[in-house]
Amino acid sequence: MPSTLFQIGRAVLAMVLGIGGSFVYFVGINKIIDRVFSDEIQEKVRPWAYIAPVVLILIGYLIYPVVNTAYISFFGERSDEFVGLANYEFAFTNDSMLIAFRNNAIWLVVATAGTVGLGMLIAVLADRVRYERLVKTLIFTPMAISFVGAGVIWKYIYAFRPAVSPQIGLLNAINVNLLNNEPVAWLFQVPENTFFLILVFIWIWTGFAVVVLSAALKGIPEELIESARVYGANEWQIFWRIMVPMIGSTIAVVATTMVIYILKIFDIVYVMTNGNRKTEVIANRMYKEMFQFRDFGRASAIAVILLIAIVPMMIINIRRFRQQERQR
Amino acid sequence: MNKEKLVKFLTSLPVHITLIVLSFLWTLPTLGLFINSLRPEDAAKTTGWWTVFQTPFDFTQLTLGNYISVLTEQGMGEAFINSLTISIPATTIPILAAAFAAYAFSWMEFPGRQIIFVSVVGLLVVPLQMALIPILRIYSATGLTGSFLGIWLAHTGFGLPLAIYLLRNFIGALPRELFESAFLDGASHLTAFFRIAMPLSVPAIASLITFQFLWVWNDLLVALVFLGGTPDVAPVTVKVSNLVNSVGEGWHLLTAAAFVSLALPLLVFLFLQRYFVKGLLAGSVKG
Repeated sequence: MPSTLFQIGRAVLAMVLGIGGSFVYFVGINKIIDRVFSDEIQEKVRPWAYIAPVVLILIGYLIYPVVNTAYISFFGERSDEFVGLANYEFAFTNDSMLIAFRNNAIWLVVATAGTVGLGMLIAVLADRVRYERLVKTLIFTPMAISFVGAGVIWKYIYAFRPAVSPQIGLLNAINVNLLNNEPVAWLFQVPENTFFLILVFIWIWTGFAVVVLSAALKGIPEELIESARVYGANEWQIFWRIMVPMIGSTIAVVATTMVIYILKIFDIVYVMTNGNRKTEVIANRMYKEMFQFRDFGRASAIAVILLIAIVPMMIINIRRFRQQERQR
Repeated sequence: MNKEKLVKFLTSLPVHITLIVLSFLWTLPTLGLFINSLRPEDAAKTTGWWTVFQTPFDFTQLTLGNYISVLTEQGMGEAFINSLTISIPATTIPILAAAFAAYAFSWMEFPGRQIIFVSVVGLLVVPLQMALIPILRIYSATGLTGSFLGIWLAHTGFGLPLAIYLLRNFIGALPRELFESAFLDGASHLTAFFRIAMPLSVPAIASLITFQFLWVWNDLLVALVFLGGTPDVAPVTVKVSNLVNSVGEGWHLLTAAAFVSLALPLLVFLFLQRYFVKGLLAGSVKG
């Protein structure tokens, strides 16, 4: 098929230009600096040549857009008339926005507790068996799968047929054939449907919690746990009084990472329910304002609210980074 | 089996059962998707995927027809090539640029070095959503929407903070003497970068490649916003999410399309998992 050939040719050409171009820049700029400047000036100019591309891209793709988004959040849908705080008022009073806020709060609590809790459980238990690596790999593998792919996987599990036809969704098959219940349209059940979406997130992200927490657990000195056992501590006490406090900072890291991802959650909801039946979340609402309603003012206000929710996490991240720097 | 062993076995039994049940539950969803993607339309429409186990050795109940159909008629083949065209440069370009910047932050002196670097770290958690509208406007004005260049640059911008952060931590931790003796021997910065910094950073770069590749390949939002309106450049994620709406209950097609979209990241992940885990630990557990 000529169109496929054309497409592959275009892809290869584009990749060669893109990747080759950036190589040529870095090697080329070095040679130019060597030729043009005296030795002394070379050493002053070169660092800037190395960081210029990233600084420019970061300004263009993050810093300028952030400032601009904050600015147009005070303007109307086409950014031509100043509307004050009207977009924010909309964000905090509109019904579907309120549902989105409530759902994001549920997501934050349930998905964070779910991933961290299950992650801790699996990390501690897997530490005691010989097939630890296999367990961790199996739990970790869904991390490779996109939210879109996972959305399809789970939508299939939740699939619903009327009672007269055989069930092809796993959950309804169990529900009908084994438990003798009526089939349920899981994603239509308000308010449980939000929890069914959260399950998809937990399925993907528990592996992350397991891997990070398990690495931290291995850092606890064996003698500490042994001597606690000698002094008569039971496993439960060892878990709560030794393991949890010893890896407290790592648990916090996993939890903040989860919070950052959950606040921005979009794909799962977009693919599985598109926010219908009261499953709306903030980021999906923003997408709708942007593309369905073409209201850039409201969409920007929602983005700013997301940013403000994430800033505390950002401060924690930077603090932790500074601490690491000092410890070096 | 003596008594002591039996007691030990029984007390550890709940641990084994919990782990085996959880591993099973975590594997089942993907397995179900894969099996159903191999079943003909009639079977997929009338029975669940688990029914193949009633006659496990009857391979005639399986077919590659769904894959042929989604790859050609449904355009997943085209989308697959698009995903590659997007992901490979959107992985290479930011990592190359970040490596040079990380080198400069680590081994070169210039005013504002620390401040610029801390600002980069601060950008790590700026939500993508804050950047979409202004970039979309510039893209619409300059014709970059629906172009590969546009989405490479966008992914580069969004991926750079993490790449710079991880690489700076790694390259900055290399032994100082290595660089000093190289410079004494007359090596230029470019030589030091390609001959010392890069070869020694292979583990960090491998983990970044895994991260960025999975992130770009699996991304939906950025592709929807900047490529969404142009079907002939749409990647697999956009294609699959469109199929969810267009084929609805056609699970034989949806499962095959979803599997096409996740096969490559799954392979990359299984081969480079070691590096991926190292990256996770370096980025979020340190300290």
